[in-house]
Amino acid sequence: MLSFIVFLPLLGALAIALLPRDEEGRARELAASVTLAVFLASLILFSLFDRSEGGFQFTEQFRWIRASEAGFDIHYFLGVDGLSVVMLILATFLFVLAVFVSWGIDVRPKEYFAWMLILETGVLGVFTSLDLVLFFLFWEVELVPMYMLISIWGTGRKVYSAMKFVLYTISGSALMLAGILILGFAAGTFNMVALAQMEITEALIPLPAVFFLIFAAFAIKLPVFPLHTWLPDAHTDAPTAVSVILAGILLKMGGYGMIRLCVSILPDVAHDYAVWLTAFAAVNVVYGAIVTMRQTDLKRLIAYSSISHMGYVLLGIFALGQVSMTGATLQMFTHGTITGLLFVMVGLVYDRAHTRDISVLSGLAPRMPVIATGFVIAGLASLGLPTMSGFVSELLVFLGSVKSYTIPTLFAVAGILLTAGYILWMLERVFFGPPNPRWADLTDATTWWERLPMVGLVASILAIGIYPATLVPVIEAGITPIVARLG
Amino acid sequence: MLPDIDRLGPELVLMVSGGLIILADLALREGMPAPRRGALLAYGSLAGIVGSIAWAVSLILRDREGTAFHGSLVVDNFSLFFVFLFLGVAILVILASIDYGQRFGRYQGEYYALILLATSGMMLLAGGRDLIAIFVALELTAISQYVMAALLKDTRSSEAGLKYLLLGAISTAVLLYGMAFLFGLSGTTKLIAPPGEPSIAATVAAADASLRGALVLSMVLVAAGLAFKTAVVPFQMWVPDVYEGSPTPVAAFLSVASKAAGFAVVLRIFYDGLSAPFISSDWSNLFAAVAAISMTVGNVIALTQTNIKRLLGYSSIAQAGNIMVGIAAISAANGNFALGAGGVVFFLGTYAFTNLGAFIAVIAISSRLGSDVIADYAGMGQRSPLLALALALCLISLTGIPPTAGFVAKVYIFNTAVQSDLVWLVIVAVLNSVVAAYYYLRVVGQMYLVPPPQEERVPVSWSLGVSLGAAALGVLIIGLVPTPLISAAERAVNVFS
Repeated sequence: MLSFIVFLPLLGALAIALLPRDEEGRARELAASVTLAVFLASLILFSLFDRSEGGFQFTEQFRWIRASEAGFDIHYFLGVDGLSVVMLILATFLFVLAVFVSWGIDVRPKEYFAWMLILETGVLGVFTSLDLVLFFLFWEVELVPMYMLISIWGTGRKVYSAMKFVLYTISGSALMLAGILILGFAAGTFNMVALAQMEITEALIPLPAVFFLIFAAFAIKLPVFPLHTWLPDAHTDAPTAVSVILAGILLKMGGYGMIRLCVSILPDVAHDYAVWLTAFAAVNVVYGAIVTMRQTDLKRLIAYSSISHMGYVLLGIFALGQVSMTGATLQMFTHGTITGLLFVMVGLVYDRAHTRDISVLSGLAPRMPVIATGFVIAGLASLGLPTMSGFVSELLVFLGSVKSYTIPTLFAVAGILLTAGYILWMLERVFFGPPNPRWADLTDATTWWERLPMVGLVASILAIGIYPATLVPVIEAGITPIVARLG
Repeated sequence: MLPDIDRLGPELVLMVSGGLIILADLALREGMPAPRRGALLAYGSLAGIVGSIAWAVSLILRDREGTAFHGSLVVDNFSLFFVFLFLGVAILVILASIDYGQRFGRYQGEYYALILLATSGMMLLAGGRDLIAIFVALELTAISQYVMAALLKDTRSSEAGLKYLLLGAISTAVLLYGMAFLFGLSGTTKLIAPPGEPSIAATVAAADASLRGALVLSMVLVAAGLAFKTAVVPFQMWVPDVYEGSPTPVAAFLSVASKAAGFAVVLRIFYDGLSAPFISSDWSNLFAAVAAISMTVGNVIALTQTNIKRLLGYSSIAQAGNIMVGIAAISAANGNFALGAGGVVFFLGTYAFTNLGAFIAVIAISSRLGSDVIADYAGMGQRSPLLALALALCLISLTGIPPTAGFVAKVYIFNTAVQSDLVWLVIVAVLNSVVAAYYYLRVVGQMYLVPPPQEERVPVSWSLGVSLGAAALGVLIIGLVPTPLISAAERAVNVFS
């Protein structure tokens, strides 16, 4: 079942690559059906998931690499717990929408959709791998597709941004590789389930060093200040659908990795350094928010707001409590959908106005009521309006962290005010200012493939905002055993 | 005597076929157009290689492993692994040369004969257990290669040949000097011998600390001589010039086969001969330093290259550094000598597919474009999708990104270093892989991102297609199912334990 979900996109990519040249147009339909099938399969998986039970379900395991002399024993080992199943749903959902967002791609569509599906296999593999080396393998799969997607179909300084993204990511994963090998040698296994139950007391280098070698990769991905500088560039220059995936899913790989590897496997180190890491989280929130205020480009603005919002995730994770980590995980999900929606809306505006400059855009609401509505909903969700999903997750993070890490939490709460400031200010300038005659003949989102991602995302934001219990118990099932180890 | 010759069979088949190729070339010279003659000679050489493979397989099936000629040569899992590796490389290189060979004019026969001779020399190297046998085999290989490098007979190629010859001669002298020390210390040229008979291994094992200085000196000299073959810093100067100037198939052959042969000898001498605990930590440190410097120098200089052959030259220096990580990873502490060696042999196997694939793609592209400049690779993704895909796959494998052979090799060899407590070296190595990603991916980017200057397709001949396909498939299959090659590599190095 899991292998099917993970590798179906890859098969789809092969099928697309084999399409004859004159049927290039079919690529998007094929990609849509594949991502839909994967999404449905993961929904079935979600419904079959036994919430009452912690631990990993749907596991599949066989030996992949065996090097007896080198003591190197790597398994193809997949499985999901409450944490990964939620990430799986988020990823498969956003990929469906990303395909529809890309419906209008007419430059080299075959390659575009093939790369996108390969990317999906890599991402789903990260969220389901239970062997460190396999995890690392899937972690690196993302590199080439993202490089291609940004640098071919992007805008602006796309080649620069794509290379910057790759170099940042690969620097992180290089350090992670060293960390993983040291960890695996110290424990005598790469099996993540076994590692998470083991008390690792010493390695070749001090355990905190191992922790931060691995943490570096996730800190770059999340991103944690000051390792965030790749993100605004990559986001801004990527095509809309790729921005959605980048903000919606790839950043979450960072948060997911922190919980799955850093906290689960080295809980004591996480505990010792939590003070520092929560402080960094507060910096992330406030710094990100302040920089966001200064942005004049819509996409850059959302990119920086992501940095700020990822600070909540970092805070929730390293507050190391049941409630805070549940909140952090939920925040990853909700930020994925909310920021996804924001990028979709920016994409729609840019497709029409061909600019993202906030100072030029003005008074768009009468011209494009549907887009304006979607944008406003996304904005309100982003600033944490109750009944929307962002509210629930941020509340959980703060509730969980305020007791033990009061000062960082206070700073993070202040971030909410800043968020409200920049979101409302942006909405006001772009949609409700005096109408600019230059935009007089812009049209609204009329086609089904422009509206469908919007409707889907708004629905999920409201659904979770009003009834968070669809996800929270599942997440808790995954978080409980991890927190139990923290003592 | 006959069993001895039997064990030498695979090499003899190659040498004899080399001679026959030259004779056939003479006989066919009249009345046959050059392209046809070249193709026929290539098929003849392939037949010779197939014969050699068949003999090697029959040695295994008949269980004829053992020593020959008074222990100076040996047929064991280690030498057999390399026999198959070299023969496989030779097949791919010859297939990739059929079109390119036209440029050699009337020297096509010599070219194929030299490849066969060089290959047989390398096979002997892998099986050599005596310093004299090793030296003779090394010279057989090297002299063939000097000529091959100069075979285009234009300025660049002659320069490459001459440079290779001069630097090669110096390195040989250094190697010989080191070997002379070993002979002087032990009174024999045999690396290893049955108990009771004199051998270098026995001398080193019995030596006390007073001999340490002399042993370390000879070790450094031998390592320096061999470092020329494996192209590690500081003996890498020849690499970019020779790769750029020599015929591309020859550069491919040098970068893969010659390097592997060099490492095979390093393993043989250092594991079989100099593995006494009281000096092995010295050579572990020496090789670790060389590894770190090699990969850094190779990668940093590769960043600024604009010619694909020079780029691959510097990349091969950096990759030699990666392989050196395995050589340095001698976990003398827990006596697991096979650990690092397994990593080296496995890496060499994956590297053969990966780098050959890259070079074959360069042969295919450059011979159509008439240029080795990376900028001219623009739009290759559209002009020749399969070719570009294969080259991209090989470059991704060189970077160490999954799902390729290079990824597994990188993880494996770094893991051996971790297990040998060389954490600093692993950190240097992983950071180097970031630098490498930049220049490898830049070539990929050039092929896929930059629009082609012209739409004209770049066709590929069947022989190039077959060899490139085989290499690329190898890269992918080893990346997905690495265990068989890993087990083969581990069985190969088990002969040392």
